Amino acid sequence: MKRTAFTSFHEELGARMEEFCGYKMPINYEGINEEHLTVRNSVGVFDVSHMGEFWAKGPKAAAFVQKVTTNDVNALYDGKVQYSCFPNGKGGIVDDLLVYRFGPENYLLVVNAANIDKDWAWCVENAKGFGMEIGKDLINASDDTAQLAIQGPKALQAMQKLTSENVTDMEYYTFKQFDFAGIKDVIFSTTGYTGSGGCEIYVDNKDAAKLWEVVMEAGAEFGIKPIGLGARDTLRLESGFCLYGNDIDDTTSPIEAGLGWITKFVDGNDFIDRDYMAKMKEEKPAKLLKGFLMLERGIPRQHYMIEDADGNEIGEVTSGTMSPLLKQGIGMGYVKREFSKLDTEIFIRIRNKALKAKIVKTPFF
Amino acid sequence: MNLPADLKYTRDHEWVRVDGNIATVGITDYAQQQLGDIVFIEIETIDEVLQQGEVFGTIEAVKTVSDMFMPVSGGIREVNEELQNSPDLVNGDPYGGGWMIKIEMTNADGDLDGLLDVGTYEELLSQPD
Repeated sequence: MKRTAFTSFHEELGARMEEFCGYKMPINYEGINEEHLTVRNSVGVFDVSHMGEFWAKGPKAAAFVQKVTTNDVNALYDGKVQYSCFPNGKGGIVDDLLVYRFGPENYLLVVNAANIDKDWAWCVENAKGFGMEIGKDLINASDDTAQLAIQGPKALQAMQKLTSENVTDMEYYTFKQFDFAGIKDVIFSTTGYTGSGGCEIYVDNKDAAKLWEVVMEAGAEFGIKPIGLGARDTLRLESGFCLYGNDIDDTTSPIEAGLGWITKFVDGNDFIDRDYMAKMKEEKPAKLLKGFLMLERGIPRQHYMIEDADGNEIGEVTSGTMSPLLKQGIGMGYVKREFSKLDTEIFIRIRNKALKAKIVKTPFF
Repeated sequence: MNLPADLKYTRDHEWVRVDGNIATVGITDYAQQQLGDIVFIEIETIDEVLQQGEVFGTIEAVKTVSDMFMPVSGGIREVNEELQNSPDLVNGDPYGGGWMIKIEMTNADGDLDGLLDVGTYEELLSQPD
């Protein structure tokens, strides 16, 4: 099992550690619910060093990124981050990712840990088509990069203590690179996967221990706590964010997944599968990914069946949990389009009972 | 780990407290630690008569769903209604407020003999998976 630059901190804190995407990662330190509420109410810190980082550089970088991602790279400017996905050439999704523009010829792609190898192979294959040199124009920095996500309403206020750069006023989905608490050239990005605001900070592995220490110290007055992957999942689901492997995968299109807003059919964006997706958007997909709230007591789980009032199958749950904030079952799943309108009554088959739920907007809170 | 000496235990990590012909059942401290935050308990077998080993309810943690099994045969006479609104009692007080059901035993002598005493249960926990 691989270790991140922070693994020994988790072990010392007594976290429950499990294998996740080949890495030994913390699932929880105290309890998932308490960690969840820490992030919603104040500030928590996640080790997300398992994420993958690819750099695309040089004169072909922009055209390459434009081709392999659905969002419009021309809408980026230096210091801007964009949520996007890699279409797979068969109408599905290779992965979802963040695209950072450092310069017109310099982009950082941040991908899911579970997909690093698959994404790298896919990017290499496509980069070669642009004549990019692997190792020079396309670089896999995943093993050298450590990352902490500091998330919650107090996160930026806490981090402001560590830098003279103004970070509390940074817009959502932007980044800066600067010296931070004596660490040179950190990437400070106002992104995250919790829906509670905050930032993600990227450093070289060699600076990771220092980063952990200064972040914990700066956050102490706000009650900062380390947060495991368990709460990372409940937080993202409560915010309605897709998880690759659950809600999106090689067989789902971004149009079905409600990711039309990152699929830009604009001039100059000839991404892979554009025609297929444009057609699907025009004809409207047969199924759509929707959030739903349980109206009867029960917890939806991945792969549970979704039914109409007559017991006919109309879809499948892709993610579900007990919302720690609402204390109600919440979930996402693909439903036939005619059942996708807000407030539509649906039923989740939980242990041989059909329990009532309704389609709702996300975030759930 | 808290393992009261006056209880009987099962290999499914349940405990049984015997009082005359009534067996009170819950899950052990080890079980609640393994499961993590308990968020939902579903027991809909009140008044049913079930055999040893049959499923009497379901316990859900944030990430997992587990069945709970009858440690002894009998009729389910009482269910802990508190757990509907406070499933976290199972985490905080597994042998007290976190009890699950009370069974009126139909084969007490035979069934209880097969349960583990605290020493044997401790030994089971110390064995590698």
